[in-house]
Amino acid sequence: MLTPEEQREIEQEAASYPERRAASIDALRIVQRRRGWVSDEALADVAELLGMSPAELESVATFYNLIFRKPVGRHVILICDSVSCWIMGYTKVRDHLKARLGINFGETTSDGRFTLLPIVCLGACDRAPVMMVDEDTHLDLTPARIDAILERYE
Amino acid sequence: MEKPLTARIRPDGEAVDLKAYERAGGYQALRKALLEKSPKELIEEVKDSNLRGRGGAGFPTGLKWSLVPTGDGTPQPRYVAVNADEMEPGTFKDRLLLEGDPHSVIEGAAIAVRAIEGSAAYIFLRGEYVLAAQRLRRAIGEAYAAGYLGKNVLGSGCDIEVHLHISAGRYMCGEETGLLNALEGKRANPRTKPPFPVASGLWGKPTVINNVETLANVPHIINNGAEWFKSLSRSKDGGTKLYGASGKVKRPGLWELPMGTTAREILEEHAGGMRDGLKLRGFLPGGASTDFLTAEHLDVKMDFTEVQKFGSRMGTGTIIVLDDATCPVGMTLNLEHFFAQESCGWCTPCWSGLSWAERILQAIEDGRGEDRDLDDLEAITKFVAPGNTFCALAPGAAEPLQSALKYFRGDFERHIREKRCPWPS
Repeated sequence: MLTPEEQREIEQEAASYPERRAASIDALRIVQRRRGWVSDEALADVAELLGMSPAELESVATFYNLIFRKPVGRHVILICDSVSCWIMGYTKVRDHLKARLGINFGETTSDGRFTLLPIVCLGACDRAPVMMVDEDTHLDLTPARIDAILERYE
Repeated sequence: MEKPLTARIRPDGEAVDLKAYERAGGYQALRKALLEKSPKELIEEVKDSNLRGRGGAGFPTGLKWSLVPTGDGTPQPRYVAVNADEMEPGTFKDRLLLEGDPHSVIEGAAIAVRAIEGSAAYIFLRGEYVLAAQRLRRAIGEAYAAGYLGKNVLGSGCDIEVHLHISAGRYMCGEETGLLNALEGKRANPRTKPPFPVASGLWGKPTVINNVETLANVPHIINNGAEWFKSLSRSKDGGTKLYGASGKVKRPGLWELPMGTTAREILEEHAGGMRDGLKLRGFLPGGASTDFLTAEHLDVKMDFTEVQKFGSRMGTGTIIVLDDATCPVGMTLNLEHFFAQESCGWCTPCWSGLSWAERILQAIEDGRGEDRDLDDLEAITKFVAPGNTFCALAPGAAEPLQSALKYFRGDFERHIREKRCPWPS
């Protein structure tokens, strides 16, 4: 069941478009912001609210990489693997991050604290390498800086 | 030297709010556009200014607007879509405007709506630009409260709505017809052209899609005129340009400079040259989907026609530098991995060709390359050439690949011969 707040927020987005289904991506984001990810049940509820079939909405949900169809950790790390970051030392930073967390891309630490994912260029190439943790962008990464950054996320 | 796009940007990184924007002449152009000029006059002014689209393709903005059918019996409503999906690797220019001066984008979008006699603009923002989203949301609220958006704007009788759509990822959303599908809540697959979006775009209605930097120029053109705008430039294309540099230069960054500034001036004066001990091996002039150029091309004027004379494109104008201690094969592999991953899967040359290219490049980089691999890579660049695919993603992917094979061929051959990457990892 979608909460009343979720429904209200989705309706608000739907009012910006001439067709309700146009709000499908906004709606998935709204649900995910509160729950961390989009479960099958939540997906079916959103589809019903917007007058779509669950299969139709699933085709949308699985297209967009920032919609998570599996549970994620309390914090999601998105590390840029595009060209400028690669030139500026992405590989070392990535290897350090994986070793430090003891996980690979697409995995979550056993304490449920972090999920690690690669991401395309984050548009901060003059400060590469770059990553995001949740909604925060972290610039000029080095292995040492990464250790300090991770401490901030419980 | 005038820097209209960045003159208001605050050094402390905070956004220019409505009051500061108005004090600097903000929304005067919208007033003029609504109360003093006809939509046709707006289009003519922008046409005369030689403003070309800053998303990378360089299509003349005024011409694009003029292609929207208006008048009795033509389809309504008409829309503007603002492409704020900045996701071209190596590109970080629109972020500055969205975060630093969001009203300039909103005012430009509102004027574009008026010029095509439209009703609404949708700002399509990539999901990772969290700060830009907060600031745009605040700025849109301020603009509505001050009567610059909404019903009967400034007593003109015109209604102008601006909506913010926050995307959920995928490079394909920046392709203009993919963006339309994404705004309609669908997968961001491209659409066949024709019909072009100006005839049939969002929900089948005429739609103009403009880049952020393009629209941020529009209020200045309306305020100061086409001749002034052309005078800012050192080339035939009007205005200034946000140029950038990333990679191992001394001072990576972003600078507003006259259109037509040379790559040499950008890299040597503004970016401070290469880091000590390194030499420039090559550069991508404007994002991942532009052909490599080399040191012998540094004097090229960065604009939409001059760079093409050397077989590349200005693209987004943000230069990515390859230094002589970085493996060109590894860099090409990184680029093709990106394109293969971001292919939407809609057409076969793209999804099949690009993942094939990535596999071959990975093999070469890992020391498993064979002599025939280079011929296969060449062939793939032809398979995905313009005309063979639905959209520009795969032809864009071919640009750095074909030029890497041309300029760095010896490096590819050495990987194959020595069965390893000769660069330290």
